[in-house]
Amino acid sequence: MTFFIVTLIKIVIVFAVFMTTLAYLQWIERKVLAHIQSRTGPLRVGPHGLMQPLADVFKLLTKEDVFPPFVNRFFYLLAPFIAVCLALITISIVPFGPEIEVAGVRTYMQIGDVHVGILLVLAITAVSVYGVALAGWSSNNKYSLLGGLRSSAQMISYELPLSLAIVSPLLLANQLSFRAISDSQAGYYLGFIPRWNIFQAPFPQIFAFIIFLIAAFAETNRIPFDLPEAENELVAGFHTEYSSMKFACFFMAEYANIVNITCVATLLFLGAWHPLFPAPYSNWVAPLVFLLAALSCFAQAAQPRRKNDQYTFPLFGVVFLVLTAIFVVAALEIVPVLSTILLSIFWFLAKVGLLIFAFIWVRGTLPRFRYDQLMHFAWTFLFPVSLLNLLITGLLVALFPERI
Amino acid sequence: MPTTYAETWFPVLIQILIAIAVAGGMIGASAILGRRMRDPVKMSPYESGMTPVGNARERFSVKFYLVGMVFILFDIEAIFLYPWAVVYRQLRLFAFVEMLLFIVLVLCGFFYIWKKGVLDWSIDERRDEAREKRRAA
Amino acid sequence: MDTVLFIIFAIVAIVAGFNVVLQRHPISSALSLVGVMGSLAVLYLLLGAEFMAMAQMIVYGGAVMVLFIFVIMLLNAGAEKPSSKAWFAQIAGLPLLLAFIATLGFLIYSALPGLRAVEFGSWTMGTAEEIGKLLFTQYLLPFEVISVLILIAILGAVVLALKEID
Repeated sequence: MTFFIVTLIKIVIVFAVFMTTLAYLQWIERKVLAHIQSRTGPLRVGPHGLMQPLADVFKLLTKEDVFPPFVNRFFYLLAPFIAVCLALITISIVPFGPEIEVAGVRTYMQIGDVHVGILLVLAITAVSVYGVALAGWSSNNKYSLLGGLRSSAQMISYELPLSLAIVSPLLLANQLSFRAISDSQAGYYLGFIPRWNIFQAPFPQIFAFIIFLIAAFAETNRIPFDLPEAENELVAGFHTEYSSMKFACFFMAEYANIVNITCVATLLFLGAWHPLFPAPYSNWVAPLVFLLAALSCFAQAAQPRRKNDQYTFPLFGVVFLVLTAIFVVAALEIVPVLSTILLSIFWFLAKVGLLIFAFIWVRGTLPRFRYDQLMHFAWTFLFPVSLLNLLITGLLVALFPERI
Repeated sequence: MPTTYAETWFPVLIQILIAIAVAGGMIGASAILGRRMRDPVKMSPYESGMTPVGNARERFSVKFYLVGMVFILFDIEAIFLYPWAVVYRQLRLFAFVEMLLFIVLVLCGFFYIWKKGVLDWSIDERRDEAREKRRAA
Repeated sequence: MDTVLFIIFAIVAIVAGFNVVLQRHPISSALSLVGVMGSLAVLYLLLGAEFMAMAQMIVYGGAVMVLFIFVIMLLNAGAEKPSSKAWFAQIAGLPLLLAFIATLGFLIYSALPGLRAVEFGSWTMGTAEEIGKLLFTQYLLPFEVISVLILIAILGAVVLALKEID
């Protein structure tokens, strides 16, 4: 019985955090893109536009829900449903930290650990093609159909290098469950080189990681692979005919998929929640980061550029100082359980955050592929390279099978 | 901590139910909230302001079908790699040679389709150019 | 819990299966088939065959059915028109179908060792590791033959579509 209650509590926490992250990812993306392009980004709603996600949700909820008469009604509604539904499942098998014991209850820092976790992710990716294909087809609009088709062909083409790139770290871990894969990356070589899969002997998976990231960009329909919604040729691609919350569904699914795929990349290649260097020293990274953030906030407050800056920046600074204090307590390991929870979540989220930042950064800098280049790249470059990487890894693991 | 097989999948089941509820709620909310103003222009397919000509359901390139077909075949190959990776450290070089044989055979097919131009999406353009040249000659 | 889930998904599988036949539009039929594949995957999962369930979803649910949908879109197949000429099928169809199902059921029933209640989750050989062990030692030859099959399928697909490409 405790198991069910604990599971429900974990689901509520993770789901609340996940949904908030999805809402704020939009704000973060707009802000980062704006600063890359020397603009200011959202600024009007709340301090620094922090209330923008809320405003967007209300706007989309109260927008007119255009239900075009020429669409195939059932599939037109089913498509966003499939997209959102599938995008929200993956987070349930992502481990955020080790096994912990709170008030006598031993539990994983994870909603549920299934033995075939990585295959479940692949299955969800495989099925989510329907959301896009159906949206394009049922809309009965030329742009939608073209966008949907392009997108589904692109998604299946890049799914192949994606699944091949996943196999090479699995050769090192020999497990399919995310928890076991994460655990296999614990520890350090020579006391300071982390045993993350991108560093792990006998063959560091750096190439697999790069292939995985490229394929992940394509799977999530992001620039430079955002052909399905190339706005200057296809309006909005497969969701041209969607409005109101149905349109928001596709957006939410896109952001959820970004979070999912970066979580998977972190788990497979970047050592999940294991810190970059050994424990007593790595504890102090979190307080240091928050302290620096606090200091920069105060520095900004000293030279306010906009009207409310002298009020908002000190406030942010105080928030960061509080976080610093919390993580100092965690770093001192006064309450061991709390330290484990906070520090592993910090390291996990830091890695995921950096990857998400890379996604936005790429969007801000790279131009779009042409469609024939895109398909050509997937099949004649990524696919053979990932196979080659797989075979080299296999050969080296076969020759040096002992875990060092 | 899950103790039985059913308990390992129970959290995922709950999550799926929540996902269905959220997705249904979002689509339902958009149908209930928001005012409706219908007019004939709004209810026509959006084609950047042009009056739509014909139907969207047209036939499209056989390339998409071929990509789907080739994808199935390589996906079957990929799915075999997962149990292979799991038992890899038990079988070592034996497993490596097995998979090498398998992959080399499949790769033969891959190079065949490559040479046949199935993977080349700009081939239509090139064919048109060749035709133009022939006509000019 | 297991039994309830089994009954739910068995019913879903059967209803979706009927839907494949009853739907007029090919896309609807194809998606019902996806439903069948999905519920079959859940049934595998209930029996403890985790790897099979996921492979079912990835290969059948993902790849094969996407190809079906591509082909339907490619051919731009519209809704099926019921033909009134098939009077024989209309009259004899249902009895013949029932007879077929009854025969099949009888054969399976008599071939099986005995009616035991299936215990859900008691079978633990369905993991990727067990399948890998068997596949790469005992069933090595069938595994290597699969690669030849895939090769033939690739050649076949290209030859069939070659006319369109050139």
